[in-house]
Amino acid sequence: MTDVASAAAIGATVDSRPVVRRRRKRITGRSIAVLVFLTVCALFFCVPLYVVLTTSLKTMDEIRQGQIFALPQTWTLEAWRFAWTEACSGITCEGLRVGFLNSVLILVPSLILSVALSIVTGYALALWDVRWAGAFLFLLFMCAFVPFQIIMYPLIAMTRSIGVYGTIWGVAVVHAVLAMPVLTLIFRNYYKDVPQEIMSAAIMDSGSFWRIFGEIILPMSGNILIVVLILQITSIWNDYLIGVTFGGFNTQPMTVNLANMVTVSTGTASYNVDMAAALLTALPPLLIYFLLGKFFVAGITAGAIKG
Amino acid sequence: MPRVSFERIHKAFGAVTVLRDLDLSIEHGEFLVLLGPSGCGKTTLLNMLAGLTDVTGGRILIGDRDVTDLDPKDRGLAMVFQSYALYPTKTVRGNLRFGLASARLPREEVERRVAWAARLLQIEPLLDRKPAQLSGGQRQRVAIGRALVKHAEVLLFDEPLSNLDAKLRTEMRLEIKRLHDELSPTVVYVTHDQIEAMTMATKIAVMNNGVIQQFGTPDEIYERPANLFVAGFIGAPAMNLKRARILRRGGLVAGVFGNGQQIDLGDYAFAKAPQEGSEIVVGMRPEYFGPPDAPAREAAAVFDLPVAHTERTGSDATGYLRFDEGLLSLRVEPGQAARLAGGQKVRVAFPKGKASLFDAATGGRL
Repeated sequence: MTDVASAAAIGATVDSRPVVRRRRKRITGRSIAVLVFLTVCALFFCVPLYVVLTTSLKTMDEIRQGQIFALPQTWTLEAWRFAWTEACSGITCEGLRVGFLNSVLILVPSLILSVALSIVTGYALALWDVRWAGAFLFLLFMCAFVPFQIIMYPLIAMTRSIGVYGTIWGVAVVHAVLAMPVLTLIFRNYYKDVPQEIMSAAIMDSGSFWRIFGEIILPMSGNILIVVLILQITSIWNDYLIGVTFGGFNTQPMTVNLANMVTVSTGTASYNVDMAAALLTALPPLLIYFLLGKFFVAGITAGAIKG
Repeated sequence: MPRVSFERIHKAFGAVTVLRDLDLSIEHGEFLVLLGPSGCGKTTLLNMLAGLTDVTGGRILIGDRDVTDLDPKDRGLAMVFQSYALYPTKTVRGNLRFGLASARLPREEVERRVAWAARLLQIEPLLDRKPAQLSGGQRQRVAIGRALVKHAEVLLFDEPLSNLDAKLRTEMRLEIKRLHDELSPTVVYVTHDQIEAMTMATKIAVMNNGVIQQFGTPDEIYERPANLFVAGFIGAPAMNLKRARILRRGGLVAGVFGNGQQIDLGDYAFAKAPQEGSEIVVGMRPEYFGPPDAPAREAAAVFDLPVAHTERTGSDATGYLRFDEGLLSLRVEPGQAARLAGGQKVRVAFPKGKASLFDAATGGRL
């Protein structure tokens, strides 16, 4: 069977070899324009990154010479070490690692809570008969456009009344609530493509909401879960306002830590430490993109679930 | 006691009524085919039996249980879907197990039934594959297996063969027929394919516009269609339906067609004595015509007609003759088809006792 298949494949490649060589694609004026535009765009992002990266590897003496585009004369990781372990944020001088730990502690429950809440809501709205599902979706859609600042104070009052204000759980709950409209819509639209007959079969076989979710639907959700995870990890990690508002003093995330370090440090500004700290803070989402980027693109472009 | 019965079923989607006052019941072990063109309500009826669609009015009974408001899983049914609807992330074994595990059967019983279904459908080598690694025919077998393992009282099929190619369809048709003979479950099978209906059914319900046009055995439906719709829908090539006028002369009853040709209807079992001059439609199956230009004995009608064209469909051929305004089709031997050149006149005879007569106004059988 495999022999036949491979033989057929070989035959196919032999047959499909073109008799006439195809003309090479010419570079036209239009594609030059596109290339120039893309290069400018790339530079727009790369040049600042280059400056940040090289500055973080220089000593302060070199920085004071004012040549921000020059490569470091002496390469040093001293600024990185200092930012990680010694830099002062407010009155504590233990570096960014405190904020990093807090960010991780905030990320995990926020991620679980927000994804769990919206995946189940999306599943129910897409695949089960929910009364007033249309109205509920419309409401969610509207909620996605409400600026956070408007509902900040009520949210503080609400989290305080349920006793989670100023804790990691407070941050997690607020993240889950704020992410729910968009994530629910994403999941719901993804599950709309699950063939109706698969749901009918599952309903006749089991009929259990949770069993069908766990055994049939969740295993089909790999692509969209990757997309949502990346979106959520990035947005939770990069968040500043929710962390600074709901986090309390001992649970402030890395972004808050970074801001304190850069803005309120006494004495001369140490640009190399600031740059290193900024890069350290931005690193985790970047790593996630590099590791899962392939799946992210696949998930974004994946349409209907194949049966 | 009937196994499945629908009583005064009414179904409306919003303001649109799809089914009205529908009654139907079948006995244990019967193979019921719901046959009709798309949009006739047959799938809606099946989904209501399965519990996937709500009933607007009326009751559905399975055995002596009223299942109208039961959850699908509590109705004792299993269903095979048109698109197979296999769970894509589960292996074949997982697909077969899912319905059983939900029913909280003991593990040995689950494994025993899976093994039994796999052997019955010859899918044992495929048990650890995913649906995406199976061909269409194999998927269909798995889908049938998934329904069989549940040992349901009633098996439902929703156009299960329409996604298969012609050869596989024939194979699976025989396979389903064999399973029904071996296991004799009660089956409700929806299709628009009359060949599937004729070959597999013990009872056929022909539906159109939400109404059951005729309910009976395949032979009854084919030989004695209850109305013009059934007559035109069943049979390929279709029955010739020609308008005529009743002529009575002494003890003789005949139909006179628009072109003056006549057919002797003396032996037709009229439900009620026909009126002279009343408008009727005469139905003549293409295969009952005698061979062209053969000497006819005991014929009800003999026509001399010019040939329009012929069609060959492998084992069969159909000749089309110009008749009145339209065409008259008749089945001919493929060998003879070649001799029926266009324009040439041939003589064909239609035997006695084979015609079906309908009232031209109401469409009902006379």
